[in-house]
Amino acid sequence: MDALLAEYFPILVFIGIAAAIAVAMVGASLVLARQNPDPEKLSAYECGFSPFDDARRKFDVRFYLVAILFIIFDLEVAFLFPWAVALAEIGWFGFASMMAFLGVLTVGFIYEWKKGALEWE
Amino acid sequence: MIADFLATPVGQFVFIVAAILAIMIPVLIGVAYLTYAERKVLAAMQLRKGPNVVGPFGLFQPFADAIKLMMKETVIPSGSNRLLFLMAPMLTFGLALIAWAVIPFGPGLVLADINVGVLYLFAISSLGVYGIIIAGWASNSKYAFLGALRSAAQMVSYEVSIGFVIITVLLCVGSLNLSRVVEAQRDLWFLIPLFPMFVVFFISALAETNRAPFDLPEGESEIVAGFFVEYSSMSFALFFLGEYANMILMSAMTTILFLGGWLPPFDVAPLNWVPGPIWFALKIALCLFVFLWVRATFPRYRYDQLMRLGWKVFLPLSLLWVALTSGALMLFGWLPSPA
Repeated sequence: MDALLAEYFPILVFIGIAAAIAVAMVGASLVLARQNPDPEKLSAYECGFSPFDDARRKFDVRFYLVAILFIIFDLEVAFLFPWAVALAEIGWFGFASMMAFLGVLTVGFIYEWKKGALEWE
Repeated sequence: MIADFLATPVGQFVFIVAAILAIMIPVLIGVAYLTYAERKVLAAMQLRKGPNVVGPFGLFQPFADAIKLMMKETVIPSGSNRLLFLMAPMLTFGLALIAWAVIPFGPGLVLADINVGVLYLFAISSLGVYGIIIAGWASNSKYAFLGALRSAAQMVSYEVSIGFVIITVLLCVGSLNLSRVVEAQRDLWFLIPLFPMFVVFFISALAETNRAPFDLPEGESEIVAGFFVEYSSMSFALFFLGEYANMILMSAMTTILFLGGWLPPFDVAPLNWVPGPIWFALKIALCLFVFLWVRATFPRYRYDQLMRLGWKVFLPLSLLWVALTSGALMLFGWLPSPA
Protein backbone atom coordinates (compact mmCIF):
# COMPACT_ATOMS: atom_id res chain seq x y z
CA MET A 1 0.00 0.00 0.00
CA ASP A 2 2.77 2.43 0.97
CA ALA A 3 4.76 1.61 -2.16
CA LEU A 4 1.65 2.12 -4.29
CA LEU A 5 0.96 5.44 -2.60
CA ALA A 6 4.56 6.56 -3.05
CA GLU A 7 4.30 5.80 -6.77
CA TYR A 8 0.97 7.47 -7.42
CA PHE A 9 0.97 10.34 -4.93
CA PRO A 10 3.16 12.58 -7.17
CA ILE A 11 0.63 12.11 -9.99
CA LEU A 12 -2.15 13.26 -7.67
CA VAL A 13 -0.17 16.37 -6.70
CA PHE A 14 0.61 16.94 -10.37
CA ILE A 15 -3.12 16.86 -11.22
CA GLY A 16 -3.78 19.34 -8.42
CA ILE A 17 -1.11 21.78 -9.60
CA ALA A 18 -2.17 21.50 -13.26
CA ALA A 19 -5.79 22.22 -12.32
CA ALA A 20 -4.73 25.16 -10.13
CA ILE A 21 -2.68 26.69 -12.97
CA ALA A 22 -5.57 26.30 -15.43
CA VAL A 23 -8.09 27.86 -13.05
CA ALA A 24 -5.66 30.65 -12.13
CA MET A 25 -5.05 31.56 -15.77
CA VAL A 26 -8.74 31.85 -16.65
CA GLY A 27 -9.52 33.52 -13.31
CA ALA A 28 -6.72 36.09 -13.70
CA SER A 29 -7.98 37.01 -17.13
CA LEU A 30 -11.55 37.38 -15.82
CA VAL A 31 -10.30 39.72 -13.11
CA LEU A 32 -7.70 41.69 -15.08
CA ALA A 33 -9.52 42.26 -18.35
CA ARG A 34 -12.41 44.71 -18.67
CA GLN A 35 -15.66 42.75 -19.11
CA ASN A 36 -18.20 44.61 -21.21
CA PRO A 37 -20.81 42.15 -22.51
CA ASP A 38 -23.80 43.06 -24.63
CA PRO A 39 -26.53 40.83 -26.17
CA GLU A 40 -25.09 40.96 -29.69
CA LYS A 41 -21.63 40.07 -28.52
CA LEU A 42 -22.95 37.11 -26.54
CA SER A 43 -25.01 35.57 -29.34
CA ALA A 44 -23.63 32.50 -31.12
CA TYR A 45 -21.36 33.21 -34.09
CA GLU A 46 -22.97 32.38 -37.42
CA CYS A 47 -20.96 34.47 -39.87
CA GLY A 48 -22.93 37.66 -39.16
CA PHE A 49 -26.47 36.22 -39.25
CA SER A 50 -28.57 36.13 -36.13
CA PRO A 51 -28.62 32.53 -34.93
CA PHE A 52 -31.98 31.12 -36.01
CA ASP A 53 -32.40 27.88 -34.08
CA ASP A 54 -30.78 25.75 -31.42
CA ALA A 55 -27.41 24.29 -32.34
CA ARG A 56 -28.11 20.95 -30.65
CA ARG A 57 -29.82 19.33 -33.55
CA LYS A 58 -29.90 16.00 -35.37
CA PHE A 59 -26.55 14.87 -36.67
CA ASP A 60 -25.31 12.17 -39.00
CA VAL A 61 -25.79 8.65 -37.67
CA ARG A 62 -22.34 7.70 -38.94
CA PHE A 63 -20.71 9.52 -36.04
CA TYR A 64 -22.65 7.21 -33.73
CA LEU A 65 -21.52 4.21 -35.76
CA VAL A 66 -17.89 5.29 -35.46
CA ALA A 67 -18.32 5.57 -31.69
CA ILE A 68 -19.65 2.00 -31.49
CA LEU A 69 -16.87 0.60 -33.67
CA PHE A 70 -14.37 2.48 -31.53
CA ILE A 71 -15.67 0.85 -28.36
CA ILE A 72 -15.27 -2.62 -29.88
CA PHE A 73 -11.72 -2.06 -31.07
CA ASP A 74 -10.60 -0.13 -28.03
CA LEU A 75 -11.78 -2.96 -25.82
CA GLU A 76 -9.79 -5.29 -28.02
CA VAL A 77 -6.71 -3.14 -27.40
CA ALA A 78 -7.46 -3.26 -23.67
CA PHE A 79 -7.43 -7.08 -23.84
CA LEU A 80 -4.17 -7.04 -25.80
CA PHE A 81 -2.25 -4.99 -23.20
CA PRO A 82 -1.91 -7.73 -20.55
CA TRP A 83 -1.53 -10.36 -23.24
CA ALA A 84 1.40 -8.52 -24.86
CA VAL A 85 3.22 -8.19 -21.54
CA ALA A 86 2.63 -11.79 -20.47
CA LEU A 87 3.17 -13.50 -23.83
CA ALA A 88 6.51 -15.06 -22.81
CA GLU A 89 4.82 -16.81 -19.88
CA ILE A 90 1.63 -18.00 -21.53
CA GLY A 91 3.42 -19.45 -24.57
CA TRP A 92 1.86 -20.96 -27.65
CA PHE A 93 -1.49 -21.62 -25.98
CA GLY A 94 -1.90 -17.95 -25.08
CA PHE A 95 -0.73 -16.94 -28.53
CA ALA A 96 -3.24 -19.24 -30.27
CA SER A 97 -6.12 -18.09 -28.04
CA MET A 98 -5.49 -14.45 -28.84
CA MET A 99 -5.13 -15.17 -32.55
CA ALA A 100 -8.50 -16.95 -32.50
CA PHE A 101 -10.01 -13.92 -30.73
CA LEU A 102 -8.45 -11.53 -33.26
CA GLY A 103 -9.70 -13.79 -36.05
CA VAL A 104 -13.28 -13.54 -34.82
CA LEU A 105 -12.98 -9.76 -34.64
CA THR A 106 -11.47 -9.63 -38.10
CA VAL A 107 -14.47 -11.52 -39.48
CA GLY A 108 -16.71 -8.91 -37.87
CA PHE A 109 -14.53 -6.16 -39.28
CA ILE A 110 -14.77 -7.59 -42.82
CA TYR A 111 -18.55 -7.86 -42.42
CA GLU A 112 -18.95 -4.22 -41.42
CA TRP A 113 -16.59 -3.15 -44.21
CA LYS A 114 -18.71 -5.04 -46.79
CA LYS A 115 -21.89 -3.62 -45.24
CA GLY A 116 -20.56 -0.13 -45.93
CA ALA A 117 -20.33 0.98 -42.29
CA LEU A 118 -16.96 2.57 -43.05
CA GLU A 119 -18.15 4.56 -46.07
CA TRP A 120 -18.25 8.35 -45.74
CA GLU A 121 -19.21 9.29 -49.29
CA MET B 1 20.42 19.50 7.26
CA ILE B 2 18.74 19.45 3.86
CA ALA B 3 18.79 15.66 3.85
CA ASP B 4 17.06 15.63 7.26
CA PHE B 5 14.40 18.02 6.02
CA LEU B 6 13.75 15.93 2.90
CA ALA B 7 13.22 12.82 5.03
CA THR B 8 10.25 14.40 6.83
CA PRO B 9 6.77 14.13 5.23
CA VAL B 10 6.66 17.90 4.66
CA GLY B 11 10.11 17.76 3.10
CA GLN B 12 9.02 14.99 0.77
CA PHE B 13 5.98 16.97 -0.23
CA VAL B 14 8.09 20.04 -0.95
CA PHE B 15 10.46 17.85 -2.98
CA ILE B 16 7.55 16.47 -5.03
CA VAL B 17 6.19 19.95 -5.71
CA ALA B 18 9.64 21.16 -6.74
CA ALA B 19 10.04 18.18 -9.06
CA ILE B 20 6.63 18.84 -10.61
CA LEU B 21 7.49 22.49 -11.21
CA ALA B 22 10.83 21.41 -12.68
CA ILE B 23 8.84 19.41 -15.26
CA MET B 24 5.96 21.78 -15.79
CA ILE B 25 7.86 25.04 -16.29
CA PRO B 26 10.15 23.70 -19.05
CA VAL B 27 7.10 22.14 -20.74
CA LEU B 28 5.21 25.46 -20.63
CA ILE B 29 8.23 27.38 -21.91
CA GLY B 30 8.56 24.71 -24.60
CA VAL B 31 4.92 25.27 -25.54
CA ALA B 32 5.45 29.04 -25.74
CA TYR B 33 8.48 28.65 -27.96
CA LEU B 34 6.81 25.99 -30.07
CA THR B 35 4.25 28.59 -31.15
CA TYR B 36 7.17 30.88 -32.01
CA ALA B 37 9.05 28.08 -33.79
CA GLU B 38 5.95 27.21 -35.78
CA ARG B 39 5.60 30.75 -37.06
CA LYS B 40 9.29 30.99 -37.83
CA VAL B 41 9.44 27.61 -39.61
CA LEU B 42 6.30 28.29 -41.65
CA ALA B 43 7.66 31.71 -42.52
CA ALA B 44 10.99 30.28 -43.62
CA MET B 45 9.26 27.68 -45.78
CA GLN B 46 7.12 30.37 -47.40
CA LEU B 47 10.10 32.77 -47.84
CA ARG B 48 8.80 35.23 -45.25
CA LYS B 49 10.46 36.54 -42.12
CA GLY B 50 7.96 35.60 -39.44
CA PRO B 51 7.75 37.42 -36.09
CA ASN B 52 10.81 39.68 -35.79
CA VAL B 53 9.67 42.84 -34.03
CA VAL B 54 9.17 42.02 -30.34
CA GLY B 55 12.63 41.52 -28.86
CA PRO B 56 15.72 40.19 -30.67
CA PHE B 57 14.57 37.98 -33.60
CA GLY B 58 11.04 38.32 -32.22
CA LEU B 59 11.96 36.04 -29.32
CA PHE B 60 9.55 37.78 -26.91
CA GLN B 61 6.61 37.28 -29.26
CA PRO B 62 5.05 34.37 -27.26
CA PHE B 63 4.99 36.50 -24.11
CA ALA B 64 3.50 39.46 -25.96
CA ASP B 65 0.78 37.13 -27.26
CA ALA B 66 0.14 35.75 -23.78
CA ILE B 67 -0.23 39.22 -22.26
CA LYS B 68 -2.52 40.30 -25.08
CA LEU B 69 -4.78 37.26 -24.60
CA MET B 70 -4.77 37.75 -20.85
CA MET B 71 -6.09 41.31 -21.21
CA LYS B 72 -8.98 40.37 -23.54
CA GLU B 73 -12.59 40.05 -22.49
CA THR B 74 -13.85 36.52 -21.83
CA VAL B 75 -17.01 36.18 -23.93
CA ILE B 76 -19.40 33.55 -22.58
CA PRO B 77 -22.22 33.11 -25.14
CA SER B 78 -25.71 33.60 -23.76
CA GLY B 79 -26.92 30.17 -24.94
CA SER B 80 -24.02 28.25 -23.46
CA ASN B 81 -23.72 26.09 -20.37
CA ARG B 82 -21.47 28.47 -18.47
CA LEU B 83 -19.78 26.00 -16.17
CA LEU B 84 -19.02 23.42 -18.85
CA PHE B 85 -18.00 26.19 -21.24
CA LEU B 86 -15.30 27.38 -18.86
CA MET B 87 -14.34 23.88 -17.74
CA ALA B 88 -13.59 22.47 -21.21
CA PRO B 89 -10.40 24.46 -21.93
CA MET B 90 -9.13 23.84 -18.41
CA LEU B 91 -9.66 20.12 -18.92
CA THR B 92 -7.84 20.11 -22.26
CA PHE B 93 -4.93 22.06 -20.84
CA GLY B 94 -4.76 20.09 -17.61
CA LEU B 95 -4.76 16.73 -19.38
CA ALA B 96 -2.00 17.85 -21.73
CA LEU B 97 0.11 18.64 -18.67
CA ILE B 98 -0.56 15.72 -16.33
CA ALA B 99 0.59 13.15 -18.89
CA TRP B 100 4.12 14.43 -18.25
CA ALA B 101 4.08 12.93 -14.75
CA VAL B 102 5.26 9.55 -16.06
CA ILE B 103 7.62 10.62 -18.87
CA PRO B 104 11.21 9.51 -18.18
CA PHE B 105 13.67 12.27 -19.11
CA GLY B 106 16.77 10.25 -18.37
CA PRO B 107 17.87 7.15 -16.46
CA GLY B 108 15.92 7.41 -13.19
CA LEU B 109 14.80 10.96 -14.03
CA VAL B 110 11.06 10.40 -13.76
CA LEU B 111 8.52 11.81 -11.35
CA ALA B 112 6.29 8.75 -10.99
CA ASP B 113 8.00 5.56 -12.17
CA ILE B 114 4.76 3.56 -12.24
CA ASN B 115 4.86 0.15 -13.85
CA VAL B 116 1.82 0.88 -16.03
CA GLY B 117 3.28 4.05 -17.57
CA VAL B 118 2.28 3.21 -21.13
CA LEU B 119 -1.28 2.51 -20.05
CA TYR B 120 -1.39 5.81 -18.12
CA LEU B 121 -0.26 7.75 -21.21
CA PHE B 122 -2.78 5.92 -23.40
CA ALA B 123 -5.58 6.66 -20.93
CA ILE B 124 -4.72 10.35 -20.55
CA SER B 125 -4.44 10.88 -24.29
CA SER B 126 -7.84 9.17 -24.71
CA LEU B 127 -9.42 11.59 -22.24
CA GLY B 128 -8.37 14.52 -24.44
CA VAL B 129 -11.48 14.04 -26.55
CA TYR B 130 -13.68 15.07 -23.61
CA GLY B 131 -12.37 18.63 -23.53
CA ILE B 132 -13.23 19.03 -27.19
CA ILE B 133 -16.66 17.46 -27.10
CA ILE B 134 -17.61 19.38 -23.94
CA ALA B 135 -16.48 22.62 -25.60
CA GLY B 136 -18.51 21.89 -28.73
CA TRP B 137 -21.60 20.99 -26.76
CA ALA B 138 -21.42 23.77 -24.19
CA SER B 139 -20.90 26.53 -26.77
CA ASN B 140 -24.36 25.92 -28.28
CA SER B 141 -23.12 27.08 -31.65
CA LYS B 142 -23.51 25.16 -34.90
CA TYR B 143 -19.91 25.44 -36.00
CA ALA B 144 -18.65 24.44 -32.60
CA PHE B 145 -20.98 21.46 -32.54
CA LEU B 146 -19.93 20.25 -36.00
CA GLY B 147 -16.28 20.77 -35.17
CA ALA B 148 -16.59 18.81 -31.94
CA LEU B 149 -18.36 15.90 -33.67
CA ARG B 150 -15.73 15.72 -36.39
CA SER B 151 -12.95 15.99 -33.92
CA ALA B 152 -14.31 13.30 -31.62
CA ALA B 153 -14.84 10.86 -34.50
CA GLN B 154 -11.39 11.57 -35.85
CA MET B 155 -9.61 11.21 -32.54
CA VAL B 156 -11.26 7.93 -31.61
CA SER B 157 -10.62 6.52 -35.09
CA TYR B 158 -6.90 7.07 -34.88
CA GLU B 159 -6.69 6.09 -31.26
CA VAL B 160 -7.46 2.50 -32.24
CA SER B 161 -4.43 2.28 -34.48
CA ILE B 162 -2.28 4.04 -31.88
CA GLY B 163 -3.38 1.32 -29.45
CA PHE B 164 -2.30 -1.48 -31.80
CA VAL B 165 1.03 0.23 -32.49
CA ILE B 166 1.69 0.49 -28.76
CA ILE B 167 0.90 -3.23 -28.46
CA THR B 168 3.57 -4.12 -31.04
CA VAL B 169 6.13 -2.13 -29.05
CA LEU B 170 5.01 -3.79 -25.80
CA LEU B 171 5.49 -7.21 -27.37
CA CYS B 172 9.15 -6.33 -27.92
CA VAL B 173 9.59 -4.91 -24.41
CA GLY B 174 7.52 -7.19 -22.17
CA SER B 175 6.76 -4.35 -19.72
CA LEU B 176 4.49 -1.34 -19.44
CA ASN B 177 7.13 0.72 -17.63
CA LEU B 178 8.34 3.60 -19.82
CA SER B 179 11.91 3.44 -18.51
CA ARG B 180 12.06 -0.23 -19.47
CA VAL B 181 10.66 0.61 -22.90
CA VAL B 182 13.63 2.93 -23.40
CA GLU B 183 16.16 0.50 -21.92
CA ALA B 184 14.91 -2.23 -24.28
CA GLN B 185 16.14 -0.08 -27.18
CA ARG B 186 19.75 0.10 -26.00
CA ASP B 187 20.98 -2.15 -28.81
CA LEU B 188 18.50 -1.26 -31.54
CA TRP B 189 15.88 1.48 -31.66
CA PHE B 190 12.41 0.15 -32.44
CA LEU B 191 12.39 2.60 -35.34
CA ILE B 192 14.28 0.02 -37.41
CA PRO B 193 12.48 -3.30 -36.81
CA LEU B 194 9.05 -1.67 -36.49
CA PHE B 195 9.47 1.01 -39.16
CA PRO B 196 5.95 0.66 -40.67
CA MET B 197 4.45 1.02 -37.20
CA PHE B 198 6.55 4.13 -36.60
CA VAL B 199 5.03 5.69 -39.72
CA VAL B 200 1.50 4.68 -38.65
CA PHE B 201 2.12 6.05 -35.16
CA PHE B 202 3.47 9.37 -36.35
CA ILE B 203 0.62 9.96 -38.82
CA SER B 204 -1.91 8.93 -36.16
CA ALA B 205 -0.25 11.39 -33.79
CA LEU B 206 -0.88 14.13 -36.34
CA ALA B 207 -4.55 13.12 -36.48
CA GLU B 208 -4.79 12.74 -32.69
CA THR B 209 -3.54 16.28 -32.09
CA ASN B 210 -5.79 17.70 -34.86
CA ARG B 211 -2.79 18.93 -36.80
CA ALA B 212 -2.49 19.56 -40.52
CA PRO B 213 -3.17 17.72 -42.79
CA PHE B 214 -5.86 16.36 -40.44
CA ASP B 215 -6.99 19.72 -39.03
CA LEU B 216 -10.61 19.30 -40.18
CA PRO B 217 -12.01 19.92 -36.70
CA GLU B 218 -10.56 23.42 -36.92
CA GLY B 219 -10.98 23.92 -40.66
CA GLU B 220 -10.56 27.71 -40.63
CA SER B 221 -11.80 27.98 -44.19
CA GLU B 222 -15.06 26.04 -43.70
CA ILE B 223 -16.19 25.79 -40.07
CA VAL B 224 -14.30 28.86 -38.82
CA ALA B 225 -12.08 27.18 -36.20
CA GLY B 226 -14.59 24.48 -35.23
CA PHE B 227 -15.06 23.59 -31.61
CA PHE B 228 -13.42 26.70 -30.17
CA VAL B 229 -15.13 29.27 -32.37
CA GLU B 230 -16.93 30.82 -29.36
CA TYR B 231 -13.85 31.04 -27.15
CA SER B 232 -11.89 34.17 -26.45
CA SER B 233 -9.22 35.44 -24.11
CA MET B 234 -7.53 32.98 -21.73
CA SER B 235 -10.07 30.21 -22.29
CA PHE B 236 -9.07 30.28 -25.96
CA ALA B 237 -5.40 30.41 -25.00
CA LEU B 238 -5.78 27.29 -22.86
CA PHE B 239 -7.08 25.32 -25.87
CA PHE B 240 -4.22 26.66 -27.91
CA LEU B 241 -1.63 25.79 -25.27
CA GLY B 242 -3.26 22.40 -24.74
CA GLU B 243 -2.97 21.59 -28.44
CA TYR B 244 0.71 22.52 -28.50
CA ALA B 245 1.43 20.71 -25.25
CA ASN B 246 -0.20 17.65 -26.81
CA MET B 247 2.06 17.98 -29.83
CA ILE B 248 5.10 17.98 -27.56
CA LEU B 249 3.64 15.04 -25.64
CA MET B 250 3.03 12.99 -28.80
CA SER B 251 6.59 13.77 -29.92
CA ALA B 252 7.83 12.59 -26.53
CA MET B 253 5.81 9.37 -26.91
CA THR B 254 7.24 8.84 -30.41
CA THR B 255 10.70 9.37 -28.98
CA ILE B 256 10.18 6.94 -26.11
CA LEU B 257 8.49 4.23 -28.15
CA PHE B 258 10.60 4.34 -31.31
CA LEU B 259 13.58 6.68 -31.08
CA GLY B 260 15.22 5.31 -27.97
CA GLY B 261 14.18 8.00 -25.48
CA TRP B 262 17.23 9.46 -23.74
CA LEU B 263 19.71 7.02 -25.36
CA PRO B 264 22.34 8.43 -27.75
CA PRO B 265 22.11 7.19 -31.36
CA PHE B 266 25.37 5.25 -30.97
CA ASP B 267 26.97 4.33 -27.67
CA VAL B 268 30.40 5.76 -28.63
CA ALA B 269 32.68 8.36 -27.05
CA PRO B 270 31.58 11.86 -28.07
CA LEU B 271 27.90 10.94 -28.29
CA ASN B 272 27.46 9.30 -24.89
CA TRP B 273 29.09 12.25 -23.09
CA VAL B 274 25.96 14.27 -23.82
CA PRO B 275 23.48 13.83 -20.93
CA GLY B 276 20.31 11.81 -21.56
CA PRO B 277 17.78 14.63 -21.13
CA ILE B 278 19.56 16.61 -23.86
CA TRP B 279 19.22 13.71 -26.31
CA PHE B 280 15.59 13.37 -25.29
CA ALA B 281 14.93 17.07 -25.93
CA LEU B 282 16.77 16.97 -29.26
CA LYS B 283 14.71 14.02 -30.48
CA ILE B 284 11.49 15.73 -29.39
CA ALA B 285 12.55 18.87 -31.24
CA LEU B 286 13.22 16.81 -34.36
CA CYS B 287 9.72 15.26 -34.20
CA LEU B 288 8.18 18.68 -33.65
CA PHE B 289 10.01 20.05 -36.65
CA VAL B 290 8.45 17.28 -38.76
CA PHE B 291 5.02 18.27 -37.36
CA LEU B 292 5.59 21.84 -38.60
CA TRP B 293 7.14 20.71 -41.87
CA VAL B 294 4.07 18.58 -42.60
CA ARG B 295 1.82 21.54 -41.92
CA ALA B 296 3.76 23.69 -44.39
CA THR B 297 3.70 20.96 -47.05
CA PHE B 298 0.40 19.07 -47.22
CA PRO B 299 -3.10 20.30 -48.08
CA ARG B 300 -5.97 19.37 -45.77
CA TYR B 301 -7.58 15.93 -46.11
CA ARG B 302 -11.25 15.50 -46.99
CA TYR B 303 -13.34 13.92 -44.24
CA ASP B 304 -14.05 10.68 -46.13
CA GLN B 305 -10.35 10.33 -46.97
CA LEU B 306 -9.48 10.83 -43.33
CA MET B 307 -11.88 8.13 -42.18
CA ARG B 308 -10.80 5.76 -44.94
CA LEU B 309 -7.15 6.15 -43.98
CA GLY B 310 -7.92 5.51 -40.31
CA TRP B 311 -10.31 2.58 -40.57
CA LYS B 312 -9.41 0.92 -43.88
CA VAL B 313 -5.65 1.35 -44.01
CA PHE B 314 -4.16 1.90 -40.56
CA LEU B 315 -6.45 -0.37 -38.59
CA PRO B 316 -5.97 -3.52 -40.75
CA LEU B 317 -2.26 -2.77 -41.17
CA SER B 318 -1.58 -2.33 -37.47
CA LEU B 319 -3.74 -5.34 -36.56
CA LEU B 320 -1.81 -7.46 -39.05
CA TRP B 321 1.45 -6.17 -37.65
CA VAL B 322 0.47 -7.17 -34.11
CA ALA B 323 -0.16 -10.71 -35.35
CA LEU B 324 3.06 -10.77 -37.40
CA THR B 325 5.25 -9.35 -34.63
CA SER B 326 3.90 -11.67 -31.96
CA GLY B 327 4.16 -14.63 -34.34
CA ALA B 328 7.75 -13.83 -35.28
CA LEU B 329 8.78 -13.28 -31.65
CA MET B 330 7.19 -16.59 -30.63
CA LEU B 331 8.66 -18.50 -33.56
CA PHE B 332 12.25 -17.33 -33.12
CA GLY B 333 12.09 -17.27 -29.31
CA TRP B 334 12.93 -13.55 -29.20
CA LEU B 335 10.33 -12.70 -26.60
CA PRO B 336 11.71 -10.71 -23.67
CA SER B 337 12.03 -12.88 -20.58
CA PRO B 338 9.41 -12.27 -17.87
CA ALA B 339 10.48 -9.69 -15.30
